[in-house]
Amino acid sequence: MIKAILIFNNHGKPRMSKFYEHYTEDTEQQIIRETFHLVSKRDENVCNFLEGGLLIGGSENKLIYRHYATLYFVFCVDSSESELGILDLIQVFVETLDKCFENVCELDLIFHLDKVHNILAEMVMGGMVLETNMSEIITQVEAQGKMEKSERLQDVFVEFSHQDLLDFYNQMEMIQTQLTR
Amino acid sequence: MPAPIRLRELIRTIRTARTQAEEREMIQKECAAIRSSFREEDNTYRCRNVAKLLYMHMLGYPAHFGQLECLKLIASQKFTDKRIGYLGAMLLLDERQDVHLLMTNCIKNDLNHSTQYVQGLALCTLGCMGSSEMCRDLAGEVEKLLKTSNSYLRKKAALCAVHVIRKVPELMEMFLPATKNLLSEKNHGEILHTSVVLLTEMCERSPDMLSHFRKLVPQLVRILKNLIMSGYSPEHDVSGISDPFLQVRILRLLRILGKGDDDSSEAMNDILAQVATNTETSKNVGNAILYETVLTIMDIKSESGLRVLAINILGRFLLNNDKNIRYVALTSLLKTVQTDHNAVQRHRSTIVDCLKDLDVSIKRRAMELSFALVNGNNIRGMMKELLYFLDSCDPDFKADCASGIFLAAEKYAPSKRWHIDTIMRVLTTAGSYVRDDSVPNLIQLITNSVEMHAYTVQRLYKALLDDISQQPLVQVASWCIGEYGDLLVSGQCEEEEPIQVNDLYVLDVLEGLLVSNLSTPVTRGYSLTAIMKLSTRFSSLNRIKKVVSIYGSSIDVELQQRAVEYNALFKKYDHMRPALLERMPIMEKTATNGPSETVQTNGETDSTILDTKHLPSISQPASQVGFLKHGFSIQTCAHFRHLNNIQPLNVIIPPMTAYNKNGLIIEFTFERSNPNPNIAVITIHATNSTEADMTEFVFQAAVPKTFQLQLLSPSSNVVPAFNQGSVTQVIRVLNPQKVRCYCEPRTHSASDLQCIQAINFYLSCVPGESNPQPCAS
Repeated sequence: MIKAILIFNNHGKPRMSKFYEHYTEDTEQQIIRETFHLVSKRDENVCNFLEGGLLIGGSENKLIYRHYATLYFVFCVDSSESELGILDLIQVFVETLDKCFENVCELDLIFHLDKVHNILAEMVMGGMVLETNMSEIITQVEAQGKMEKSERLQDVFVEFSHQDLLDFYNQMEMIQTQLTR
Repeated sequence: MPAPIRLRELIRTIRTARTQAEEREMIQKECAAIRSSFREEDNTYRCRNVAKLLYMHMLGYPAHFGQLECLKLIASQKFTDKRIGYLGAMLLLDERQDVHLLMTNCIKNDLNHSTQYVQGLALCTLGCMGSSEMCRDLAGEVEKLLKTSNSYLRKKAALCAVHVIRKVPELMEMFLPATKNLLSEKNHGEILHTSVVLLTEMCERSPDMLSHFRKLVPQLVRILKNLIMSGYSPEHDVSGISDPFLQVRILRLLRILGKGDDDSSEAMNDILAQVATNTETSKNVGNAILYETVLTIMDIKSESGLRVLAINILGRFLLNNDKNIRYVALTSLLKTVQTDHNAVQRHRSTIVDCLKDLDVSIKRRAMELSFALVNGNNIRGMMKELLYFLDSCDPDFKADCASGIFLAAEKYAPSKRWHIDTIMRVLTTAGSYVRDDSVPNLIQLITNSVEMHAYTVQRLYKALLDDISQQPLVQVASWCIGEYGDLLVSGQCEEEEPIQVNDLYVLDVLEGLLVSNLSTPVTRGYSLTAIMKLSTRFSSLNRIKKVVSIYGSSIDVELQQRAVEYNALFKKYDHMRPALLERMPIMEKTATNGPSETVQTNGETDSTILDTKHLPSISQPASQVGFLKHGFSIQTCAHFRHLNNIQPLNVIIPPMTAYNKNGLIIEFTFERSNPNPNIAVITIHATNSTEADMTEFVFQAAVPKTFQLQLLSPSSNVVPAFNQGSVTQVIRVLNPQKVRCYCEPRTHSASDLQCIQAINFYLSCVPGESNPQPCAS
């Protein structure tokens, strides 16, 4: 089971955090700091697996991380998950983000946090891997995005309808005056 | 009130903050705005506000006032609202808040919604944070969705079912009919994946399910075969291998199904061999599958050829350049080294090479594995490598490595001299990291290798001349010099060139230890005692007397006490001094944990010097000889409490009252079992002095793992009132390691005497140990 998924940058600022086990808010922030501390010490060419920090379960849990440019993607898992499999999962996740955001960079994650959560929700549910097929995930995310957009358009339509009516009445008035002239 | 700012604006604003305080200020301002907006019950902007709140929550600021708003969003009709609402619920709510139960109805409605995405959202939220009450209420809906034909929903329902089973294991049977079709051919990859996860969870939880699902093994094998044999399938492909995640999951399920079962293991053998040989190993993906295959082969009852194949794959992994693969290989080898020792031995040289790797995690695994591989044949070679490793490794490792080396040396030392040399090497290189309990172990070891005394003391003395900063080394050295100082000055060493040293130099060194800033108080105690012992071995009596009397006024209480006692020894009991200070006899080892010296006291004399208050107050056989407790002060008997003692076997422990509360009295009587004197037989008598009978009386005992306990059946379950009778029960306790533990009584529902009174005890019953602590309830 995946206990937590964290994304933070080279300075330790959290860019996304999702916990699949309950911790208090303070503990969550401490976990993020502790994980950053452990992961940032690592050299570039050592292996991507670490024992978990004390707050997140100690030696029973492992931290599996990947470092992409300025961001660390860290998955905290327990012993029932295959380490190499999770490594692949991180790769799939990042590639999906890349497809959804067109050459994703850190700013995209910052300004579209909800979208990142939505993508993640299609991949991992309740700490377990739901879907690993990239195109399937993207299809679902886009479909839901379309639904949201259509709802917003409805609002827009409603908002403009008053204005439309007003214009229409004005035009009607003009035409009427012209006709009665 | 102006429209609340968009999330993007908020993020941009926060990013312009230059200090933490500025950021906090901005956030507080925004929080206040959001709060007032919530109070106005504004539907249009609620979604935006909650999104902002979630962002602030991620940064670490409190966001609990948004919980109810999330619920309102969930109840809304719009998809956008629902989405943010559910996300908020997952992030902000959890079982411990009562608010979450209000969600149940909303989720129930959404599970039956017409839009699949809404249903999906509801399943997702339930699967992430559903409490057991929620799961109980909604399990029926989840089960219905498990049978739907919509693949998108089916896979989500499968994982949600896993969560429900985890929370409420009793509901597992409910999902059984739905699992019938899970593995059928027409299911696509994703459904198979989540179905396998569901099946795995059910098998792990219940042995009945496990036997029920064993019949699925042929189907699973077939699916796996299709995956490997089928051509390129672009949707599920990762680096050229089709759906590796599914392959890995199926392999894991096969592992669970095949464990301990011959038929299933038989059915899997072929496919496992096929996967093992056909998978491409150039990418990480292939290695992930191979790794899983190896683990499966190891766990099921596979034939030996297959096992050797698996270990060879692991050996190949070790040579891979990728650190991750090597790490994973070392971890799996560690798991299998117990069962397939010989096969792993073949890869020993590669493993030893990994000790030199730069990566800390790999080094640690390699070290553990190396210790597991040490045996009588390779001890010399391995030890050389391990000592080299000890020199160069990080301080975190040194303690573990040193302990491991000591253990290995003890088990497989080819000769005593080699053993002592190894110990010396460890002490000199990693002396300050050696664990505290190894000092007494080493002392005992040295004492027992009688012929090496001269050699040992000489080497220790030389080491002491070089460096007095490593405390364990100094302690062992000073003890040895105290014991065998005469051998040192007489130059009797056969093993190597004897050094020329006379007693004055030796005393100089020991006194140097006493005054040095580097010595800890414990070390000082050791050296003072050593100097004292030399009074019978050397002739410079006056000098020793002077030193001892100086420390009679030392600030350190321990030193002062020792010095005063030694002074007393000189003045009043000089006739006993030679006897007290003579050589230690060979000590027997009792257990590997803790100091293992025997406590032997001379009962008749020295009631002034040897404080017998804390010692067992039982009579001891007269064959024991009294002498000085080396390294420990004569009168501080605090050390005795931590010792594992070999006590003479004919010691009787008096009966004791273990429990006396609310009218219920439980007494223990002890005796030794005749055929096996290591087993203590405890008889409990329970009497009841209240007015009512105690029915359903059950005695339970819990002991630490090193004990073995056998509870025979009690005489009855009812303890009659007014002490009219008693319930007796016999307990047999075996304590092979003679570990002492403490007593801790626990009672349930002590108030109502009629209900079950189950009393748990930890038994502290070392055969021969005097006072099991009376259990204070």
